[in-house]
Amino acid sequence: METKNLTCIGCPLGCALTVEIQNKKVLRVTGNTCKRGDIYARKEVTHPTRIVTSTVRVENGDIAMVSVKTASDIPKEKIMDIMKCLENITVHAPVHIGDVIIADAAGTGVDIIATKDVSAAC
Amino acid sequence: MNSYDIVIIGGGPAGLAAAVSARQNGIDSILILERDSQLGGILNQCIHNGFGLHTFKEELTGPEYAKRFIDQTEELNIEYKLNTMVMDITKDKIITAMNRTDGLFKIEAKAIILAMGCRERSRGALNIPGYRPAGVYSAGTAQRLVNIDGYMPGKEVVILGSGDIGLIMARRMTLEGAKVKVVAELMPYSGGLKRNIVQCLDDFGIPLKLSHTVVNIKGKERLEGITLAQVDSQGKPIPNTEEDYSCDTLLLSCGLIPENELSKGIGVDMEAITNGPLVNESLETSIDGVFACGNVLHVHDLVDFVSKEAAAAGKNAAKYIKNNCSMGEPEPTISILPTDGVRYTVPKMLHIHRMEEKLTVRFRVGAVYKNCYISVYFNSQQILHRKKAIIAPGEMEEIKLKKADLEAFDGLETITIKIEEA
Repeated sequence: METKNLTCIGCPLGCALTVEIQNKKVLRVTGNTCKRGDIYARKEVTHPTRIVTSTVRVENGDIAMVSVKTASDIPKEKIMDIMKCLENITVHAPVHIGDVIIADAAGTGVDIIATKDVSAAC
Repeated sequence: MNSYDIVIIGGGPAGLAAAVSARQNGIDSILILERDSQLGGILNQCIHNGFGLHTFKEELTGPEYAKRFIDQTEELNIEYKLNTMVMDITKDKIITAMNRTDGLFKIEAKAIILAMGCRERSRGALNIPGYRPAGVYSAGTAQRLVNIDGYMPGKEVVILGSGDIGLIMARRMTLEGAKVKVVAELMPYSGGLKRNIVQCLDDFGIPLKLSHTVVNIKGKERLEGITLAQVDSQGKPIPNTEEDYSCDTLLLSCGLIPENELSKGIGVDMEAITNGPLVNESLETSIDGVFACGNVLHVHDLVDFVSKEAAAAGKNAAKYIKNNCSMGEPEPTISILPTDGVRYTVPKMLHIHRMEEKLTVRFRVGAVYKNCYISVYFNSQQILHRKKAIIAPGEMEEIKLKKADLEAFDGLETITIKIEEA
């Protein structure tokens, strides 16, 4: 049996959770003081996901960078892969909020989209 | 001289929500003055997600949250001036401002809403010993450099202060290829959200050292390293606990201070604990027709609450204009008294007849309390006793007062809000 220690993010209490895992199955969650801790721990040890937010360079924009995000959450272990595929991307102004910057980023099936408008520099 | 019914100082989340609300409450003549080149304030550089859960029931990034309010401002044809710095405001509500196209100019307002936000505590205010090399930034400055201007401040980073901006920047610098060696926090607990500690530090294996501070800054031209030491319960460094870290960048995330130079210039009464103006139930300062909301009033942790508070300020300013520049007859003031762990309340006083049906009173505590109660007393009678699993200084709390309850209570003079342990 394997155990993993986590901090619950449900509220400021930040319960110290212990998850007991056997054959990739969660046997037991302890240390939580409410149901949210149990749900969080089970997801976090089996399929942790994150939204990744970053920026890419804009050519001829009124600001230098446009903020972007993954359109939905991606597996946690793919965070650095997403960053890698954003590394050398440059887009041209104008950029509109919601524009797809990269489709199917790093094979996650998730698009990277712009989160702000950047107008062309006058 | 141009004149407006309501002039709003600042086009960040507070200013925008106040403007939208004032317009929706029937005021046509509104002007927002913003010193940056775009509306939205600090949200424009807060590119991470987690904004708007309360307001829009979804997780937005800062720029997306700002856009919702900027769009409303545009749709409602609310006038604004960008790149415009307000220099002075008089008691008679004459505003002196300047920009590159109008030069120096004056504007007359019937009502003013202060929404200037806050700024970060600087190195000078922290009294960190050592040299003064390049490479020491406030976390928010670094955030702007990376997210808007596209510059990386450095490659090896130490962060002092574990407030949310510090935590967010620990992750942001790591994602952009820097090595964040440690986050040090003077207090025995972090002021940041648990979620940020897990997703910004734990996810990337960045250590958080509680009860630690920077006791030396090294390097003459460029930062070369810092010395960290453990502190005792008084916050004093403990000898022989020093540890050296080499780094080219030190980010400071050590608290936010409401930006009230203009408010002090007008002469509004200030509150010592919040560093913001003293306000009543209408979020009106000690000067008639001057309102305040958002981080200039008291530092918030969630923008959703800034928007709510600012909407109330906008509505009240509209009421003031429609009531011939008056909030109504003065009557006995009921004071709201924070004690037993409650550090402050906003507002700190109220007039019952000016209240809406429900009034939100926001407050913060001074320490972490577990299994405790938030209690509210009318004079000496307890009227609310709400159990809380935890209350922490980093999370703003609120209670709601009902006008009907206050009216029904004979001889009400003081409302006390306190924390009672179980």
